[in-house]
Amino acid sequence: MARITASVYTSHVPAIGAAMDLGKTHEDYWKPLFAGYDFSKQWMKDNKPDVIFLVYNDHATAFSLDMIPTFAIGTAAEYKPADEGYGARPVPVVKGHPELASHIAQSVIQQDFDLTIVNKMDVDHGLTVPLSLMCGEKDPVKDAWPCPVIPFAVNVVQYPVPSGQRCFNLGQAIRKAIESYDEDINVHIWGTGGMSHQLQGARAGLINREWDNNWLDLMINDPVACANVPHIDYVREAGSEGIELVMWLIARGAMADVNNGKVTGPAPKLTHRFYHVPASNTAVGHAILENA
Amino acid sequence: MALDKPYKDVPGTIIFDAEQSRKGYWLNQFCMSLMKAENRTRFKANERAYLDEWAMTEEQKKAVLARDLNWCMRTGGNIYFLAKIGATDGLSFQQMAGSMTGMTEEEYRNMMLKGGRSAEGNRYIGEDGDAQEKNQPQGAGKKG
Repeated sequence: MARITASVYTSHVPAIGAAMDLGKTHEDYWKPLFAGYDFSKQWMKDNKPDVIFLVYNDHATAFSLDMIPTFAIGTAAEYKPADEGYGARPVPVVKGHPELASHIAQSVIQQDFDLTIVNKMDVDHGLTVPLSLMCGEKDPVKDAWPCPVIPFAVNVVQYPVPSGQRCFNLGQAIRKAIESYDEDINVHIWGTGGMSHQLQGARAGLINREWDNNWLDLMINDPVACANVPHIDYVREAGSEGIELVMWLIARGAMADVNNGKVTGPAPKLTHRFYHVPASNTAVGHAILENA
Repeated sequence: MALDKPYKDVPGTIIFDAEQSRKGYWLNQFCMSLMKAENRTRFKANERAYLDEWAMTEEQKKAVLARDLNWCMRTGGNIYFLAKIGATDGLSFQQMAGSMTGMTEEEYRNMMLKGGRSAEGNRYIGEDGDAQEKNQPQGAGKKG
């Protein structure tokens, strides 16, 4: 049986990818940020998954206004890093896991979540920056990512985006789907985006360290309450783009302590936690939770 | 019956909802076209002619030509789409975000290094924070 052993949470700021691609990680501006991921890179080597189920959002890259799927699962064999206007990031092609992805799609749809199935798309910084942060620099040709990745894109660009509660419920359905897969494989589920940031208007640059850390406490220790936080709180307290944090609740909902919408089991182990301001316009949050 | 839009009272913020998206459809789709290098070249060679190929409003075209991102957003633009214009101009996301505040690039960068903009006074329209309409523009933009 396939099982989820851990969840990883991280911001996915594009400037972090640019800093890695341009060799700026040792500059004073970036050093404290990358230091927060030293532990995580070693942890990834020591706890290598067979598959990563990676929840992220597309930033007007694969999905224009032609089509706006709320939840989209990638079932392709591979995904190319996208040209977002600066040329594609020089990182390896992302290999998919079509068999497990198709299995999850079927199971989750049967659990009443209407997923969009995507057989062809490029992936932007929302997906590749978390991989770079957790796996380190990779040569686009000579290297490869450590395992296949299932991209799971959530619309957080056009309102209304899915609620925290719906994301949390979806995470539980994804876990059921993964646990009904016969092959004995180890899956990580990652939730990415956030934390506080606003990229628009006179309020651009908003950061709310206190709110972010309280939210992180809640997400880790009382996910049921965290799922109840309404959209408007994210907008008001964490900036218009802080709403990306609802994606973390998909990963949290997939952990073993959550069953039928309640916390019923022992809390997962908090292996690592990190917070840093700023990366470009954004507060960076990061955590690793392991199932007991 | 009216839709629930509790986000209308957040200062200095336009939430990109279905209404904005409908208004901004062609503006945003024009921005998407700039993801192709050949289109970036054509746009730069003659901006007005390139814009005239799109079913955008005259106001949207003017807002793009002026590189006024706040104006673009009022006419339905979304920042992730508008960012393609910035990328075409060789700007970073931080430069683009900062341009909407009136601050110089350095002022905005320094604000972020000091921990970013505080939420204090900036949660509801009518408070006295630095993002309130009465306090615009910010930084060096104020002097102009």
